[in-house]
Amino acid sequence: MGAIEVVDLEMTYGDLRAVDGVSLEVSEGEFVGILGPNGAGKTTLLEIIEGLRRPDSGTAKVLGERVWPRNPGLLPRMGVQLQASSFFERLTAREQIHTFAALYSVSTARADEWLERVGLVDKADTRVEDLSGGQAQRLSIACALVHDPEVVFLDEPTASLDPQARRNLWDLLSGLNDSGRTVVLTTHYMDEAEILCDRVAIMDAGRILEYESPAALVRGLDAPARITVASGQVTVEAARAITGVTDATEGPEGVVLTTREPAAVVSHLAQHDQLDGVRVHTGTLEDVFLDLTGREYRA
Amino acid sequence: MTTPVATTSVRRGSAFLALSIAILRGFIRDKSSVFFAIIFPLMFLALFGGIFSDQTESKVDLIQVGDVSLIDNLPAEARDAFERTFDVTRTDDLDGAIAEVREGDADVAIEMRGETLVAHYTQTDQVKAAITQGALQAFVDGTNVALSGTPPTFDLVAERVEDDSLETIQFVTPGLLGWAVAMSASFGAAATLQGWRQSKLLRRLQLAPVSTRTVVAARVAVTVSIALVQMAIFIGLGAAAFGLTLTGSWWMAIPLLVVGTLCFMALGLLAGAITKTQEGAVNAANFMVLPMAFLSGSFFPLDGAPGWLQAVSKALPLWHLNDGMLDVMVRGEGPSAAIAPLAILAAFAIVITLVAARLFRWETS
Repeated sequence: MGAIEVVDLEMTYGDLRAVDGVSLEVSEGEFVGILGPNGAGKTTLLEIIEGLRRPDSGTAKVLGERVWPRNPGLLPRMGVQLQASSFFERLTAREQIHTFAALYSVSTARADEWLERVGLVDKADTRVEDLSGGQAQRLSIACALVHDPEVVFLDEPTASLDPQARRNLWDLLSGLNDSGRTVVLTTHYMDEAEILCDRVAIMDAGRILEYESPAALVRGLDAPARITVASGQVTVEAARAITGVTDATEGPEGVVLTTREPAAVVSHLAQHDQLDGVRVHTGTLEDVFLDLTGREYRA
Repeated sequence: MTTPVATTSVRRGSAFLALSIAILRGFIRDKSSVFFAIIFPLMFLALFGGIFSDQTESKVDLIQVGDVSLIDNLPAEARDAFERTFDVTRTDDLDGAIAEVREGDADVAIEMRGETLVAHYTQTDQVKAAITQGALQAFVDGTNVALSGTPPTFDLVAERVEDDSLETIQFVTPGLLGWAVAMSASFGAAATLQGWRQSKLLRRLQLAPVSTRTVVAARVAVTVSIALVQMAIFIGLGAAAFGLTLTGSWWMAIPLLVVGTLCFMALGLLAGAITKTQEGAVNAANFMVLPMAFLSGSFFPLDGAPGWLQAVSKALPLWHLNDGMLDVMVRGEGPSAAIAPLAILAAFAIVITLVAARLFRWETS
């Protein structure tokens, strides 16, 4: 049985088709990312699955149970982190998570364990308003997980964090599904989806364009690799002559070789000692997005 | 996958308690909320209780220029009465005395011109001017009657209707308390609704296994507790510092305050529902409560106000709260005097809540 089953969801705000015929299935224990630029409909889709919004049509089930109307039996099995920092005003980090623990009838000792797990013990007596962005996100995630839910929804947990704080948070997030927990997260960062997720749903304009593992998405793209070497080592003509190279051009960073056999080409360059400043660029999710939508990805 | 421990160690009401504590902490740590709920109204209480209560006892400053036989020869009994009304200073400088009156340092200067008592007074303080004229006229008349040797036909004995201890503080305490509770209840509800909506905490709570009823009950419990603390502080300070004395059924002010709190929380929810920011919500609540406080006699009695204005004030919930509290706290009326105001406040609370619920949106956008 899937942890999440979504069939033909539609949601329209005025003229805007925020969610336009989305079907999605998430297995138990899976870490799934919904990736797309701002305004793609990620949050609306997530809020429908959480049971916060009623879709115009279609159905969403979590752990085999209906999510709309509000399903009190399901709520203790779900953990949610909403896009904003949904905190009680002027409480300390510890008071905050203790309050949420009480809402889920969880002991304060377990709440304190979570505070430790997200590395906020030394900030326990700091008011939420005085936490940094990364600390607030970690507290928010701890509050979503304090009751050890089977399914967790995280809406852009790393948005508006600096790169260092994002990477710190990845360490925490990557372990969340270790114990069989299902995790669904939205993000507009390609690298994040690539690193954290078992499967990625690429979303744009209310539709899910692809739903695959990051590796499969890139493989499916079937895009040639681009190998760049510093200028002066190989001429464009010589490069074109190398077996497997389909094209070569002189760029600002050096000569760019296009090939579908990067391994063979790199080994050829190595034999001729032409590897100075070499960079190999294979397809990324960004290329997948460009390929799917025909436009540059702008988060 | 570990089974959720959510159902173990469940204590009934623990969610209610945790929410109440969280909300109460949020209130106590918000300095401006505490200021507007308690300190600010107390400043008015000190102002009205301290300054205006002196006015009722203050004497008229009278300057006596030269010899005024009428006053110098008053019989002992009349002399007593005279000195209760006037604070007498003697001088021989008429121009200087008139100048003092003009500058407001004295209220009246009197001199004898033959058989005529001449009073130089200013109309700046109309109450004192009236007292001065009336009192002097009475002493002149009294002396004339005494000199005629005939006993007066009619006599006047003045008796106050209210308890002797009734002073300004008696009137202002219930009104200011009503205003204070109206402010803290409406501001609190407005700010909570807006703040929680913006931080999506409302949505977050919707996804927690806690009923809307529990969340609302916790918010109401905290606000009602704050109102009762306000009442204790007002009555305590009024009694200790300004001589407030309560009448028999004062405890009926407690249910009045509880229902009044619900009514003004509803008004705050309405303010929160029709605005888009937290500041806007509090401003909207203030916009409704402050004029209402003036029109409901929180700051001064409306007895002198025109009839149409009094009619308007009776359409306001705060007027009924104030009037009900005045009845039971200082006018000495029985518990039944609070029943009509209670019913009216409850009706206001229900109607305003229904309107607010209709205008309510989960999100601001």
